Amino acid sequence: MIVFEKPKALTDAVLHYCPGCTHGIIHRLVAEAIDDLGIQGRTIGVASVGCSVMAYNYFDVDMVQAAHGRAPAVATGVKRSDPNNIVFTYQGDGDLAAIGTAETVHSAARGENITVIFVNNAIYGMTGGQMAPTTLPGQVTQTSPYGRDVKTVGYPVKICEMLSQLDGAAYLERVAVNNVKNIKNAKKAIKKAFQNQVEGKGFSLIEVVSTCPTNWGLPPVKALEWLEENMIPYYPLGVYKDKYAEEVK
Amino acid sequence: MTTQILIAGFGGQGILFSGKFLAYEGLIEGKELSWLPSYGPEMRGGTANCSVILSDTKVGSPIVLNPDVLIAMNGPSLDKYENETVSGGKIFVDSSLITRKVERSDVEAYYIPATKMASDEGLTGLANMIILGHAIKKANLVPYENIEKAMKKLVPPKKQHLLEPNLRAIELGYNY
Amino acid sequence: MSHEKVLMKGNEALAEAAIMAGCHHYFGYPITPQTEVAAYMSKRMPKIDGGVFLQAESEIAAINMVIGVASTGKRVMTSSSSPGISLKSEGLSYLAGCDLPALVVNVQRGGPGLGGIQPSQSDYFHATRGAGHGDFHMIVLAPDSVQEMVSLVFHGFDLAEKYRMTTMILSDGTMGQMMEPVSLDMGEIKQYDKPWALTGTKCERKPNIVNSLYLQPEELEKRNFERYEKYKLIEETEPMFEEYKMEDAEVCIAAFGVAARVSQNAIDEARKQGIKVGMIRPITLWPFPKKAFASAAEKVKSFVSVELSMGQMVEDIELSVRCKRPVLLCNRAGGMIPTTQNVLDKIIEASKL
Repeated sequence: MIVFEKPKALTDAVLHYCPGCTHGIIHRLVAEAIDDLGIQGRTIGVASVGCSVMAYNYFDVDMVQAAHGRAPAVATGVKRSDPNNIVFTYQGDGDLAAIGTAETVHSAARGENITVIFVNNAIYGMTGGQMAPTTLPGQVTQTSPYGRDVKTVGYPVKICEMLSQLDGAAYLERVAVNNVKNIKNAKKAIKKAFQNQVEGKGFSLIEVVSTCPTNWGLPPVKALEWLEENMIPYYPLGVYKDKYAEEVK
Repeated sequence: MTTQILIAGFGGQGILFSGKFLAYEGLIEGKELSWLPSYGPEMRGGTANCSVILSDTKVGSPIVLNPDVLIAMNGPSLDKYENETVSGGKIFVDSSLITRKVERSDVEAYYIPATKMASDEGLTGLANMIILGHAIKKANLVPYENIEKAMKKLVPPKKQHLLEPNLRAIELGYNY
Repeated sequence: MSHEKVLMKGNEALAEAAIMAGCHHYFGYPITPQTEVAAYMSKRMPKIDGGVFLQAESEIAAINMVIGVASTGKRVMTSSSSPGISLKSEGLSYLAGCDLPALVVNVQRGGPGLGGIQPSQSDYFHATRGAGHGDFHMIVLAPDSVQEMVSLVFHGFDLAEKYRMTTMILSDGTMGQMMEPVSLDMGEIKQYDKPWALTGTKCERKPNIVNSLYLQPEELEKRNFERYEKYKLIEETEPMFEEYKMEDAEVCIAAFGVAARVSQNAIDEARKQGIKVGMIRPITLWPFPKKAFASAAEKVKSFVSVELSMGQMVEDIELSVRCKRPVLLCNRAGGMIPTTQNVLDKIIEASKL
């Protein structure tokens, strides 16, 4: 009896992510959601720029790799070409919340019927640990060596809170993958974000608060603790918008 | 045979529309032709002009710098283009808006109070077609018998009520 | 659509031609003097089954939406004017790196910077040399009439799909605003197999991946060499040009777009004065019709490049004729258009060399 197997929507390629990185878990959750909904054959993914740039090697679906921050615009084109296809983007915080802010905001405002998986680990991982739009106040990075000074570089961008002001966004939830309970909840949220698209409900974004042990300079377990102590208080988990639920009320 | 026509005036006087009418006339006759508006940042009220070329051979530059026929619907247009008109050319002047006379002696000048005629006849806004009608006659621009056909092509189906006043305006100028 | 000729503005004829050529997805952003293309598409697309018009939040978003549709194998286009095309440069590079077919229209205006809104040809270098980062080319087509605007849209889509690359139509404000009689009947559209397109695997095949990332330099080099083999083939087989009164010409004008129209008048005028002058009008700016100019160099004594720029195509002519003959420049810039007299004066100068 098989009690545990790899989701069908993942390929056999070995992930290139650093030890302890939570991208692997999030990839798995996305693939499980695709499997659960039986949409693998009509799912098209959009990879972004950052650590997950090579996501096209890991998901067993058609994939296109987009330029810095442009994944939601590319996804818009893919989706509008054939609305029957299920289209998702997989983006990090630098990509989605800095260089691609306009694409993020406007795909949400349009209520584009796509699913956005937003991995927020408060740092630019791929380029070696620079300050991100989501880097916490006081957090040390390669380009904020004395800690993020909000007086000179301002405050982090809270994407779920910001997008919740847009009438076009259908579903926004912030989750984390630092423990089993949160992982289970993240799975539920990601599946719902895909389910929404299947049902034509519009723009869904799941922000996954994540770790970067390598660039945070912490062992994986310590990184999970740091996430719980520092990230979650600044980025509280929960549903920020569920248009459909509001309509039911 | 190539005729280069320049229609000039204020934005809102229907400069581009009367140019289009000539273009449709040309189309019906199977002529080679081009129509080119001048465009600027202002949507209303600025100067407007329109180059129309009707020819038996392939049209070269669509930009009319030296018109064979100039239709001037305001003072600045006459000031600007009188000296650009070719020797032996024809200049049509809306004499209700332009008080001065054409100064050159090597061109034929025609004066018609198109704007006043338009308001007298209940055709406000159609001075452009009145002066064009006059030019069609005096400069032999296009055959009169195609006028209705061209106008029907130009006026969209939803605006058929504009057909009759436009035709009347052309006729008024033609018979002036 | 009937076969009889209709009167249309260049920008509108271009848009209608794209729709007739099977392009049912358009993404754009308002900018003068090309906005009519977007306006026309916004009117027509909703009336077409599956037609999509979307006004993007930015030029950058628009070109990336184009990438999205192109990756699914459908015909797609965007249009803009010079400053907007600069913004699209990133996407043009990705289209090349991903080997995707698309049609991009540049209705040029004067630059640099915000420049002006009057006609220009000063994006010649951008289109033929440096449309974005990396080693790549686009096919660049330059119509000189409303009718050619239509035929080159059809041809442009065909070339884009045949070679899996971007075709750019390099137009200008005059071509876009001008109205001329035009026939929209362009005949059959050739269909190309697109086994690479992202259509969903239907769980029946391996995933398709549209990608421009190659972290191994050996692999990236190989892709670039392969792509340049394709470019070489295009340079051999696809150049297009038109000759005007070249049979006995001693002076050869080179001009495209509106400059060619003005030059035609100047040539007719010069011939009345007994000067033997003709014109080679490049229709493809890339691939540049090098051979046509090289063989003309055997017959004529001088060339005149007529341009609405500070002189950009003039370099391609010099390269094509290997500097065997003098190449003069007759140019206006910043939104000004050379007059017939400007060109005539230069012809006279060139005839005395």
